[in-house]
Amino acid sequence: MSPEMIDLLIVGVWETLYMVFASTIIAYVLGIPLGVTLYVTDANGICPNRAVNVVVGVAVNILRSIPFLILLVMILPMTRLIVGTTIGSTATIVPLVVAAAPYVARMVESSLKEIDPGVVEAARAMGLSVWQMIAKVFLPEAKPSLLVGAVISLATVLGYSAMAGFVGGGGLGAIAVNYGYYRYQFDAMLATVILLVIIVQIIQEGGLALVRKADKRLR
Amino acid sequence: MPKDKTPEGNDVPVIELRNIDKTFRSGKTDVFAVRNVSLSVPDGEIFGIIGFSGAGKSTLVRCINLLERPTSGQVVVDGVDLTTLSAKQLRAARKNIGMIFQQFNLLSQRTVAHNVRFPLETSGVPRAQADERVRELLQLVDLSDKADVYPAQLSGGQKQRVAIARALACNPKIILCDEATSALDPLTTHSILDLLKRLNEQLGVTIVVITHEMRVVEQICDRVAVMDAGQVVEEGRVRDVFLRPQSETARRLIDPAYQAGSRVSLPPNTLRLAFTGEESGAPVISDLTVQCDAMVSIMSANTENIGGKPFGQMLIEMPPDAASQARICAYLDKRGIFYEKNDASEGGGRMPKQAASTLPAQMPASDASDACDAPQNDVPAIGKE
Repeated sequence: MSPEMIDLLIVGVWETLYMVFASTIIAYVLGIPLGVTLYVTDANGICPNRAVNVVVGVAVNILRSIPFLILLVMILPMTRLIVGTTIGSTATIVPLVVAAAPYVARMVESSLKEIDPGVVEAARAMGLSVWQMIAKVFLPEAKPSLLVGAVISLATVLGYSAMAGFVGGGGLGAIAVNYGYYRYQFDAMLATVILLVIIVQIIQEGGLALVRKADKRLR
Repeated sequence: MPKDKTPEGNDVPVIELRNIDKTFRSGKTDVFAVRNVSLSVPDGEIFGIIGFSGAGKSTLVRCINLLERPTSGQVVVDGVDLTTLSAKQLRAARKNIGMIFQQFNLLSQRTVAHNVRFPLETSGVPRAQADERVRELLQLVDLSDKADVYPAQLSGGQKQRVAIARALACNPKIILCDEATSALDPLTTHSILDLLKRLNEQLGVTIVVITHEMRVVEQICDRVAVMDAGQVVEEGRVRDVFLRPQSETARRLIDPAYQAGSRVSLPPNTLRLAFTGEESGAPVISDLTVQCDAMVSIMSANTENIGGKPFGQMLIEMPPDAASQARICAYLDKRGIFYEKNDASEGGGRMPKQAASTLPAQMPASDASDACDAPQNDVPAIGKE
C-alpha cells in the first residue's frame, strides 16, 4: 500500500471519529428531551398527555422509517442551508443527526422504561416536581442503561457515516467508495473495513467497561 | 419531641379518611378496590390495616398520600383535605408524609447517605444542614458505618433502615408502611418493627402499617382495621380484635392453623387460648394438666415471649368428658386466660370423639421461647392416633 494511501487512511479515521462523535453528541442533545417526553407523557407516565405522546411518537417513527441513504439525499437542501456545503465530513453531520436523533429518542425511552416503578412511586410520595423527577431520579437511575444505549448508538452512527461516502461525505466510507469501489483498489477497501471493525470494537468494549464502572448495582 | 399521650392529644385525628371509594376500570367492568372506607387515626398512634392479598389495603394506604386518588371521599391529613389541593400544594403536603415499601425502593445509583439526603436536597435544604441531618438519621437507624456504600451491598433489613431514615428526613408527622416487613425474614422483621416502635415513641410520629401478618400488628400496633374485599370489616384495639375477633376475616387472620397454611378441620372440644402479655408467667399447660387432672393435646401453638410475658395463642384439644372440660374452663377462668371453644358446627368436628392423647402436653407457655429473637414456635398437631 502506498504511503499516500496510508496518510489518506489516517485522515479518514480522524474524519470518521469526528463525524460519529459530533453527530452522536448532537443527536443526544435532541434525543434525550424527546425520549424523556415520550416516557413521561406515556399513559402510565408521571404526566400522561396523549396528544404530545402521539405527535412526538409519530414524528420519531416517520424519521426512523426513512432509509438513511434516501434521507441523506432528501435533506441535501437543508444541509446546504445549515453548513453552506453538502460535501465533506461536517456536511455529513447534518443527515447523521437527523437520522440518529429519533433513534436515540427511542433508546432513551426504553432505558427509562427499565427504571423500577417502585422507585418512581417513592419519588412521587416524596413530593418531587416533574423536573426534579427527571433530573434527580429518571436520568441518574437510568444512567448505566443510557450509557449502553450510547455505545450502541455510536456503532450505528458509524455504520451510517460510511454510507455518506457515496454522496460526497468524508471519512473512511468515502475512501472505501472512491478508491475501493470506483477504482477497484481492493486493498484500500479491505483497509477501511478493518479500521471500521477495530473502531467498533474499541467503542463497544471501552463503552461497556465504562458502564460496568458506572453501574452501582453491580457489586 | 416527647410523645403527647394525653387524652386530649389523642383525640385529634392526624389522618381522617371519609367515605373513600376507589374503583379501577378494567376493560368494561369497574373493579372496586376500596369501598366506602372511613377511618381516623389519632396523632401519635400506630395503626394497623390488615387483610389478605387483594383486600384493598395497599390501595387504601396510597389514598392517604394521594398516590392513588380516591374516586370519591375525603382524605384529611393534619386538618387539610388533600383532595382539594393543587398539584404544588399536594407536593408540599406529601413531604409531611413519609412512606416505606416492601421492596425498599432506594435509588440504586446513590450511596446510603445520598439516599437519605435525597428528600432534603429536593426540598432545598442547604447542603451543610442536610449533611448534618443525614448523620443524625443514620445514627438513629444504626447505619452510620454504611454511609458510603451503595444499596446493592446491603441486606434487606439494612435497606429498609435506609428507607426509614429517608422517610424521616423531612420530619414527617406520618409514616406509611406498605408491607414494609413482608420481604424480610422473621428476625429482621422483628428488629425493623422494634425500630418503628422506638421512632414512634421517641419522635411521636404517627405510623400506619399495612400487613397481612397478624404478628406484625400484635407486635407494634395500638389499633387495627381488618379489611376484606375493599371494606373495613372490623376495627378496634388490637387486644380486643385479637381476643374476640368479630369477623370471619379477622378470625382467619388470627387462626394459627390457617396461618400455617393448612386449614385442618379441628376436632370438637378444641379450645383457642390467647395470651396477650397480661397473664402471669407461670407455666399454663403443665399446671393445667396437674390441677385439672386432665390430659390435653396441643394442636398448634404460636407463642412468643415478649418482655417476659407470653404473647400469642394455642389450640388445645380437651378430653371428651364434660367434667374434665368444665374443670379446664374453670381453671382458665381462674388464671384469667382468654379462651374460646371451637364450635363443632362451624367447619370442624368431623372427627369422631375419641379419648384424648396419652401424650401429656409439655409446653409451658411462658418458657416456650425465652428470647425475643425466636419469633415463633409452631408446634404441629401431636398425639393423635
